[in-house]
Amino acid sequence: MRPFAYVKPADVAEAVQAVATEPGAKFLGGGTNLVDLMREGIERPHTVVDVTGLPLDEVHELPGGGLRIGALVRNSVLAAHPRVRTSYPVLSQAILAGASAQLRNMATVGGNLLQRTRCPYFYDLAAACNKREPGAGCDAIGGFTRSHAILGVSDSCIATHPSDMCVALAALDAVVEVRSVRGTRRIPLVDFHVLPGDTPHVETTLAADELITAVELPPSPAPSRYRKVRDRASYAFALVSVAAALEVRDGTVAAVRLALGGVAPKPWRAREAERLLLGGPATEEAFRQAADAELAPATARPGNAFKSGLARATITATLRELIIEGEAA
Amino acid sequence: MRVNGTDEKLDVEPWVSLLDALRERLGVTGPKKGCDQGACGACTVLADGVRINACLALAVQYADKEITTIEGVTPHPLQEAFVRHDGFQCGYCTSGQICSAIGMLNEAEDPAALTDAEIRERMSGNLCRCGAYNGIVEAIKEVAR
Repeated sequence: MRPFAYVKPADVAEAVQAVATEPGAKFLGGGTNLVDLMREGIERPHTVVDVTGLPLDEVHELPGGGLRIGALVRNSVLAAHPRVRTSYPVLSQAILAGASAQLRNMATVGGNLLQRTRCPYFYDLAAACNKREPGAGCDAIGGFTRSHAILGVSDSCIATHPSDMCVALAALDAVVEVRSVRGTRRIPLVDFHVLPGDTPHVETTLAADELITAVELPPSPAPSRYRKVRDRASYAFALVSVAAALEVRDGTVAAVRLALGGVAPKPWRAREAERLLLGGPATEEAFRQAADAELAPATARPGNAFKSGLARATITATLRELIIEGEAA
Repeated sequence: MRVNGTDEKLDVEPWVSLLDALRERLGVTGPKKGCDQGACGACTVLADGVRINACLALAVQYADKEITTIEGVTPHPLQEAFVRHDGFQCGYCTSGQICSAIGMLNEAEDPAALTDAEIRERMSGNLCRCGAYNGIVEAIKEVAR
């Protein structure tokens, strides 16, 4: 690993000051992604600001029924939190569907938001990658694309966002709170990550000197769940995943939230499907039509053309499970 | 850093992983360097009783923690159970498997009630290239009960 200076700030003010005065500095959380990327030579910060000692590791109830999650809460702690398990099951399930127990014990909420793609061409320093080296080209396009995106892609990049947790957060209308020397800012999770366009190295709307301090959830929606399809039963990234919440009254969809993972460069909130479902009949046929509409703009390649059908089936199955769950309750 | 019950004074650069600090600086070679990228689990150790991948941990981040490796838990009922149930062949992943299983049994609300499928899911961060998974599950189940 390339040498770097290590700073351990005593409080949030000191942490944001440390990066404000050191361009090229990076915040370090649990390290599960950044340490790996530094070892591979993909990330090369000259200063690492270790924020794990900051008091941002608690989960609080918000007045009005929401939840405030500190950016340094470990993924395993959040997944096991009683309120998350009962009120936001989609979030608990999504976290437990990701990585391994060891990694979840280390990884933080803030770090999860900022994890980088697992595109093999991004990791391979011998391959062309616009995300790693702007303007270099993209070897994934025309290459092996089984893990790649079909929605929101560009001619520059077809990498997927790897997070499961963020897919649930997108469905839950989470808001990200960030802090810098300029003050505090709140960004809806769905606007936090950006599509690649012709600048795939820009992945979020977070400025280089901003620190994620918390994620806030509005009051919990209807029954929710997360379903993930992958190449092996555990410990693999999603080919397709679905985070959904559904409320049905008298056979009609009264509320629905839908987000997809594994198919796009960012956690994909399926607004078109939601628009079609809301107020309509809660039937399999309606679910399939809504899924088809969401996936209509897909740009498939030979290696990932299966994802449209897989996403449609997974959306339909997840909504069906929520109906069964609702009837049982 | 406290390692296996002993206070150790270490002077390491910030880019040294916990795994390298244990193995190369302290001679604690139970944790293995399999993939060095958090994919195989052979480096699993306990930090304040919580299982982590030592290869993705910077040693400086764990300066005030109590680190426990396979050396620190010996003798452990899981070791005997792994022998009894053929929970290994080459043994390379075993120290990580056992540290992971100890952490896993701490995490579970009711270890005795864990099904085979639940044990496999909770242990999925530890790969065994010899494929001794059936024996590993049996060994863990026996100790959990």
